[in-house]
Amino acid sequence: MAKTLFEKVWDQHVVTKNDDGSVLLYIDRQLVHEVTSPQAFEGLRLAGRKPWRVNASVATPDHNVPTNNRDQGITDPVSRAQVEALDANCAEFGITEFGLGDIRQGVVHVMGPEQGLILPGMTVVCGDSHTSTHGAFGAIAMGIGTSEVEHVLASQCLIQKQPKSMRIRVEGTLPAGMTGKDVALYIIGKIGTAGGTGYAIEFAGSAIRALSMEGRMSLCNMTIEAGARCGMIAVDDVTIAYVKGRPYAPAGDAWLQAREAWVDLHSDADAVFDKELQFNAEDIAPQVSWGTSPEMVLPITASVPDPQHARDDVQSDGWSRALVYMDLKAGTPLQEITIDKVFIGSCTNGRIEDFREAAAMVKGKSVAGNIKLAMAVPGSGLVKQQAEAEGLDEVFRQAGFEWRDPGCSMCLAMNADRLEPGERCASTSNRNFEGRQGMGGRTHLVSPAMAAAAAIAGHFVDIRDWS
Amino acid sequence: MQAFTTLKALVAPMDRANIDTDAIIPKQFLKSIKRTGYGPFLFDEWRYEDHGEPGMDCSNRPKRADFVLNQKRFQAAQILITRENFGCGSSREHAPWAILDAGFSCVIAPSFADIFYNNCFKNGILPIVLDDAAMDVLFDACAANDGFTLQIDLAAQTVSLASGVVFTFEVDDFRKHCLLNGLDDIALTLAQTDSIRSYEQEHKRQAPWLF
Repeated sequence: MAKTLFEKVWDQHVVTKNDDGSVLLYIDRQLVHEVTSPQAFEGLRLAGRKPWRVNASVATPDHNVPTNNRDQGITDPVSRAQVEALDANCAEFGITEFGLGDIRQGVVHVMGPEQGLILPGMTVVCGDSHTSTHGAFGAIAMGIGTSEVEHVLASQCLIQKQPKSMRIRVEGTLPAGMTGKDVALYIIGKIGTAGGTGYAIEFAGSAIRALSMEGRMSLCNMTIEAGARCGMIAVDDVTIAYVKGRPYAPAGDAWLQAREAWVDLHSDADAVFDKELQFNAEDIAPQVSWGTSPEMVLPITASVPDPQHARDDVQSDGWSRALVYMDLKAGTPLQEITIDKVFIGSCTNGRIEDFREAAAMVKGKSVAGNIKLAMAVPGSGLVKQQAEAEGLDEVFRQAGFEWRDPGCSMCLAMNADRLEPGERCASTSNRNFEGRQGMGGRTHLVSPAMAAAAAIAGHFVDIRDWS
Repeated sequence: MQAFTTLKALVAPMDRANIDTDAIIPKQFLKSIKRTGYGPFLFDEWRYEDHGEPGMDCSNRPKRADFVLNQKRFQAAQILITRENFGCGSSREHAPWAILDAGFSCVIAPSFADIFYNNCFKNGILPIVLDDAAMDVLFDACAANDGFTLQIDLAAQTVSLASGVVFTFEVDDFRKHCLLNGLDDIALTLAQTDSIRSYEQEHKRQAPWLF
């Protein structure tokens, strides 16, 4: 019978089926970070349980780590205690950790693929909603809560119900400068933040196949912002070229055997989906979010919308609240919105290609006078090293950016990197919720090139007109 | 885990869609390595006028007069009614921990975000999905009646108003069973150790590069 990509990977991981239709699903890989794991390890300890398979889990601290003055350690005692708890738990239970001093340390969702810990056809979980990133490799990758982190540590399994299937095709050629981030924001703008709830989404079509692995990861990363259980993309030569030679990827005969198996990781031609959507790549312009939900997003040529034009009372109410919080007036062109801070980084856009794209925009230019802080925060120590080898750090510094150490940083502002009340930020992160980047802070989600251009201009600009 | 069987309790309304887990419990409180103590910080940025930090004594913090849960009549509420896509965003289980710690053990909405919904069942919280029309009835009744209560019966899968109106809801059999009995589902899974071991051996044979 014809199967979707999701069904192929799912069926390969079913341990047992329960009467109510749920299954016990085997998990190949668990990524672990300091924020959602301490209570899980404590649970193991209290129950006297050991990890089922220690080499299935790999940890790194990312949410709480400082992005400057690392030689001084973590000055916030509460953050430090959490990172130290991760170190102690990994040591006690025998789990590999790339700690703060390790070049491989970074945002879990940048570190994992970079190390070859994420392979096509895997089931991947992490106590982090942006685990959806790894669907870019033709893997089923899901964010889970801490109780389930403990469940996977203890049993290598999860109790799951199979989600419905949705295929989103993006056909045609993306206009020059449009990225996986713009595709993600565009789709979320169309289907809404609950548009994917209950579904596993497969992204397909010629524009998706033309994306780099970095672009595919940005897109799958934001699948959770559409509410979906996971997002996936079929395995092709781009996937395989990315994985080959990475430290934890198979080598030699094992590589040949794996590669042969991965060829099948696509939806069969006559596979049936519960829902199908299609968009034209040519319609996708640079995206800017204007509100307090990722679905409140428009092309850079648009203006802030009027709640009177919302589809119903609930949306109108949401838009009205967002305009107040964001201190914006309906009808204001997005290009006239001035900003205070710029953040380039995160699990969405903290990879080498993101910094290349941003650096190309700021090279030989200087950030505008109204910008209080422009930060470029690599997603991992290895991204940082690569960027520095290419001289990108100097490009950023000369333009007036701060070049930082790797971590989640101002995507969620658990460390010292944050917005002050009322500050407005052009951010390459994934969420523009109230207070996300700091209490009272105002976030506009954009691609790295759009954030970089906004830093130079001091307001949002259409990068298609950039020179 | 605490079992959930029946509950008759005061209802608090949050008439707002897309309430995200960042709003339910802001990031600074995620630095704790415990499962408890989050209750005073539930909806911290909406509840208080000042900036909250972990470990703060919240008893004297200035409260926002316009925030619904600050109203005296809702102080003993154990059931939260709200709008679509409740719990969207971050997977943080600190969100249901905060809700539980603040005294709520049931949330009723037209829809929930997946991860949040799942996290509730791991913590003895019953998330109930009712359609928009039923939600409107609940919101109207809550606005019209001081001390508005609901009676929840998980075994019967019903939500009953004092007026005699009864709504039924759906819940997966397995989740219902675990919640009714307060079962630790890790223990249930580990009871299948032999199946997991034999699956694992076959999986390793077919895809040795994963091990």
